[in-house]
Amino acid sequence: MSAVIENHHDDHHHGPDKGLMRWVLTTNHKDIGTLYLWFSFAMFLVGGCMALVIRAELFQPGLQLVVPEFFNQMTTMHGLIMVFGAVMPAFVGLANWLVPMMIGAPDMALPRMNNYSFWILPFAFGMLLSTLFMEGGAPNFGWTFYAPLSTEYAPPSVTFFIFAVHLMGISSIMGSINVVVTILNLRAPGMRLMDMPLFVWTWLITAYLLIAVMPVLAGVVTMMLMDIHFGTAFFNAGGGGDPVLFQHVFWFFGHPEVYIMILPAFGVVSAIIPTFARKKLFGYDSMVYATASIAFLSFIVWAHHMFTVGMPIAGELYFMYATMLIAVPTGVKVFNWVATMWQGSMTFETPMLFAIAFVILFTIGGLSGLMLAIVPADFQYHDTYFVVAHFHYVLVPGSIFSIMAAAYYWLPKWTGNMYDETLGKTHFWLSFVGVNVTFFPQHFIGLAGMPRRYPDYALQFADWNMVSSVGAFIFGFSQLLFLFIVIKCVMGGKKATDEVWDGAEGLEWTIASPAPYHTFSTPPALPERATA
Amino acid sequence: MTGTEKRDQGRSGYLIGLKWLIAAIAVGSSWSVLADWSALNMTQGVTEISREVYDLHMLIFGICVLIGVIVFGIMIWSMLVHRKSLGHEPATFSHSTKLEYAWTIIPIFILIGMAVPATSTLRDMYDSSNADIDIEVRGYQWKWQYTYLNDDPAQEVKFMSSLLTPPDEFYNRAPKREHYLSDVDNPLVIPINKRVRFLITSNDVIHSWWVPDFAVKKDAIPGFVHESWAVVEEPGIYRGKCTELCGKDHGFMPIVVKAVEQDEYENWLAMKQQEAKDVYETVGKTWSMAELMETGETVYAQHCQTCHQANGQGIPPAFPSLVGQGMAIGDLDAHVDIVVNGKAGSAMQAFAAQLNPAEIAAVVTYERNAWGNDVGDLVQPREVNALIVAKE
Amino acid sequence: MSSESTYESYYVPHNSPLPIFASLGIFLTVYGGGNILNEMSAGTDSNFGATVFALGSLVMATTLFFWFSKVIEENHAKMYSQQMNKSFVWGMSWFIFSEVMFFAAFFGALFYVRFWVVDWIGGEGERGPSNMLWPDYVPQWPLLNNPNPEIFSTPQGVIGAWGLPLINTILLVTSSFTVTFAHHAINDGERKKIIGWLVVTIALGVLFLFCQAYEYYEAYVHLGLTLNSGIFGSTFFMLTGFHGAHVTIGTIMLIVMLGRAMKGHFTKTDCFGFEAAAWYWHFVDVVWLLLFVLVYVIGT
Ligand code: HEA
Ligand code: HEA
Ligand code: HEC
Ligand code: CUA
Ligand SMILES: [Cu+2]
Repeated sequence: MSAVIENHHDDHHHGPDKGLMRWVLTTNHKDIGTLYLWFSFAMFLVGGCMALVIRAELFQPGLQLVVPEFFNQMTTMHGLIMVFGAVMPAFVGLANWLVPMMIGAPDMALPRMNNYSFWILPFAFGMLLSTLFMEGGAPNFGWTFYAPLSTEYAPPSVTFFIFAVHLMGISSIMGSINVVVTILNLRAPGMRLMDMPLFVWTWLITAYLLIAVMPVLAGVVTMMLMDIHFGTAFFNAGGGGDPVLFQHVFWFFGHPEVYIMILPAFGVVSAIIPTFARKKLFGYDSMVYATASIAFLSFIVWAHHMFTVGMPIAGELYFMYATMLIAVPTGVKVFNWVATMWQGSMTFETPMLFAIAFVILFTIGGLSGLMLAIVPADFQYHDTYFVVAHFHYVLVPGSIFSIMAAAYYWLPKWTGNMYDETLGKTHFWLSFVGVNVTFFPQHFIGLAGMPRRYPDYALQFADWNMVSSVGAFIFGFSQLLFLFIVIKCVMGGKKATDEVWDGAEGLEWTIASPAPYHTFSTPPALPERATA
Repeated sequence: MTGTEKRDQGRSGYLIGLKWLIAAIAVGSSWSVLADWSALNMTQGVTEISREVYDLHMLIFGICVLIGVIVFGIMIWSMLVHRKSLGHEPATFSHSTKLEYAWTIIPIFILIGMAVPATSTLRDMYDSSNADIDIEVRGYQWKWQYTYLNDDPAQEVKFMSSLLTPPDEFYNRAPKREHYLSDVDNPLVIPINKRVRFLITSNDVIHSWWVPDFAVKKDAIPGFVHESWAVVEEPGIYRGKCTELCGKDHGFMPIVVKAVEQDEYENWLAMKQQEAKDVYETVGKTWSMAELMETGETVYAQHCQTCHQANGQGIPPAFPSLVGQGMAIGDLDAHVDIVVNGKAGSAMQAFAAQLNPAEIAAVVTYERNAWGNDVGDLVQPREVNALIVAKE
Repeated sequence: MSSESTYESYYVPHNSPLPIFASLGIFLTVYGGGNILNEMSAGTDSNFGATVFALGSLVMATTLFFWFSKVIEENHAKMYSQQMNKSFVWGMSWFIFSEVMFFAAFFGALFYVRFWVVDWIGGEGERGPSNMLWPDYVPQWPLLNNPNPEIFSTPQGVIGAWGLPLINTILLVTSSFTVTFAHHAINDGERKKIIGWLVVTIALGVLFLFCQAYEYYEAYVHLGLTLNSGIFGSTFFMLTGFHGAHVTIGTIMLIVMLGRAMKGHFTKTDCFGFEAAAWYWHFVDVVWLLLFVLVYVIGT
């Protein structure tokens, strides 16, 4: 170690800067993690309020609150904001906070680029949201923006939508490169890949998925841009193109995207369940292999979203079989979690409650996904509320619950204070009930024949829609409680110990609570080898 | 804690577990008795295929429920019994090769069990050969056009089918009647027990033609034609929906299919063919301004209003206003032309395919003289017809 | 793999104003760009879009300049450990992988239309009934008769593989060699040779771009092959256009490396900047070879 390095090392003895500039200029992974998490929560509220507009309109048959054009804008923006603004940044935020602490790294590998990845997002979403106020309104063609509705028939704001997607893509790619490099290059000496906590594993694989598919999304929106402004014929049969081409390219991105939103969740749950079952995670190796298999399979199943577009039968069969296969590695994960709980010594603090609810409700969502994979049946399910029920089960009590579980689990480490357990449990039960009341009835509405993206519906769907809307408001408002709990915990509370949870394993529990601004400036010595 | 105490605690844990299980089963079963399942489940439909699909659905649903019950049962049991508060000590195992193999391989067999019937049903659905009747189904923003294909084009029957529910009902100004949002002006009519092939395409954006009772759902993609078919076994009225987001009135373009006996179908077809002939007689005569305005108003309400709005103001910039500006008060030829030929790459369709020359003449005249446009000129059906013929 | 080197200290910069400027720059660039496009389509003449775009590009370029300067400066101050360099290596590799996927989307599109759509519209395969909408259409590739010639103009011909494209192939392949020679020269520590080979490489790159511009001129003016002439023109211009854009970026990188080489920046053990540019250049070369085969040789 040379003297020069020592000189530039003095910042390690400093704490964070003061004021706003701390957040704007920071290169610290914890600060950036915090920024991501708050940003994501803000987007969750915005996207959630749009969902509430949708649910309020659907409370009863008839057009009460909004006109159909605006309803479509709400659906579109809700989907986009939840996917790209809420869930993805939340997981990137968790990765920022946790990956360096879990692998004993001093920070993320490329700290300035890390800050860049984050600060692109507010601009991107600012631009996306500003389309709501443009002439002709915001994008109204669904978050899947199928051509030609999104090209020839789109409002002018589509141009800004396209560029917003480009920005999000750039941000995600840089963020993921950072994660991959950190994990591959900055592990504490002696930590082998198969020693890494599962959260790190799942993120390694997620980052790989992101780097592979975000450019494809950029490619497809670029083709749109060219069709709109430069007269190309990618999605127009009149010039020898094909609207279905759009769907193929989109879903080549889109399907891996949904696993991008669930793999880190698997990692979170795999950290929490063993802690509160006081038992080692069952089948670590098979968890890793299952994650990798899911990621691999996710690249070759995309057209299960397109069973009704009139693909040749060979394509339909192939995509059906490939999709069904995903149930196998996912099942392995579910069974491993159950086996971890089995014969454990469980307690049910808030993170554990969210994690268990995750396992059950995600599985319900996964099973309905499997039903959707069966082509002839999907002809009846496709584009109905059955699909909406499916993906909200995997996304809301799936991804979102896992994020909340993670927040409760690591908040004491982040803030140094315990959150209020009673309020936490209340939040859980309200959310649990709310989510099921909202989305379970949507299975029925869907099977009974209500299509999605409808601002109004026939009378026979009225009852369950009403129930669903009530549930949505219960779930939505309980999130205010979550906000309150987090703020309360940040402000103060019972001091957390360093280990926080008895029996929690991993490097992050060996450092102080709250985690010091800089951790592991010198790599930690690893505890005795876990697997061998 | 002594050994016996621990065992007692363990046993009380099991008892609690059992109690909960029984309670859960009780609640679950009473609920299923209360609910009216047919309103909550997929329809069985009225074709052989739709019943096959229903059976397939029930099969995979049953399997999923079974898996759910087993997995959640074990989890819940474990949650109730293996808890710290009951003094349960954690075991130390963390893998079991045998188990892990088992739960990788068994699911594969379950999946094969689902894939086999799915494959055979799909094969049946994809075999659209030997059709008795070919009908072209064409999606428009936001209505359907049906064409009964015939080797002799003069015999072809072609009509539009759009929503019948008046806006007053969806804006809550009138009570909602039965079949709210599910009724159309001209239903598709098909004979029972005949193999009807649908050739599905679109004029503008992607729509999707779904009739649940036939288990037919196929996307209508502009520039492409996809096939589907049905043999309907029972006469009746079957309702469906557009299931691909196609713009603002995606929720307002229902499908109604009327399946009738063969002779009734033939009568209906003959009547339609006659109607088409009659129309051309009216084209020859000279229409008065009042006649044109009166017909024009109805045509406008039926065909133009969704986009250009009842007051002609449109929803700019997506749908231009026709009041006091542009073609509606400008060049008559251009005005007729855009209604006849539409504007490529925009929602403005070529109405020559949907309206007869008299209707087009009427609606153009109406637009030029309504809402204070008061241009004062009119166009005769025969002039419009000449234009259409010249183009062909 | 990380075990040998981790004991060196890993440099974590204290805060930095660069990223926020870069975010602002990229935002203004695309926001301006979006406005330009929409002004164009709406036919309004306003220079709001152009102004914002220019401002954004300026901010972006300046920021990038300072950013790279900073990195070079830190490197010279020996603040980077072996492990840090490895991060850069990994980072650049994954970045190039993402670029590969970007091109994959366009190659995929070409593949799909070429091998399926052309025939479907022509009446073959399971989407063959589509032909009833396009009775006059004859399937062929390259597509010289668009199904709807009223909207998509008909090109008279396409660019054959064995003229300019072949020359371009030779230019780029050669340049891949010359950049490698420059690398060898760095290893041997011969500055004159480094500069010489870099100059040759850059010249080849510029020549390539020149030829491509000429090819576009031919296509537009003499063949009527344009962005608007159906799917052949679309895939052709998108693939070659994005490739050309990447050659341009690669050339700029090499020019920067030339400047640095003149300042004597590179040594055998410390030349990551150069290596990154060289990898990028090889990547661009490989894409071209794919393009040459798939777009020109079997495509025309
Ligand atoms: C986090 C996101 C997420 C996840 C994890 C999944 C997981 C799965 N999804 Fe889902 N899906 C979405 C998000 C997600 N999906 C979204 C957003 C859409 C709609 C997009 C749009 O159109 O807007 C969608 C749509 C969608 C469709 C298209 C429906 C349609 O439009 O017609 C299909 C069809 O195959 C499908 C299938 C599956 C399958 C098979 C899985 C599997 O991965 C599930 C695997 C899990 C299990 C099966 C449960 C656990 C396993 C066991 C307990 C083992 C034993 C089980 C058996 C042997 C059966 N999904
Ligand atoms: C991660 C992704 C995610 C998440 C978390 C959610 C969350 C929710 N979603 Fe969303 N949804 C999608 C992804 C997601 N959704 C996607 C991809 C689509 C498809 C879009 C498309 O078709 O293109 C969709 C579509 C969709 C539809 C179908 C719309 C249609 O087809 O027309 C509906 C309808 O019920 C719905 C409802 C909800 C509800 C009630 C929630 C709730 O969970 C939200 C709860 C959260 C809040 C409510 C915010 C926080 C609370 C407050 C701020 C309290 C205070 C509130 C007020 C003061 C009002 N969603
Ligand atoms: C599905 C939507 C839709 C329907 C239905 C529709 N139009 Fe249009 N109309 C449009 C759009 C979009 C334009 C603008 C086209 C453009 O210039 O890009 C337009 C333009 C016009 C114009 C030219 C306006 C101008 O001044 O440029 C006229 C006239 C017109 N429509 C008449 C009609 C008539 C008559 C009908 C019914 C028979 C009708 N439209 C039905 C969408 C529609
Ligand atoms: Cu037509 Cu939806
Ligand atoms: Cu999918």
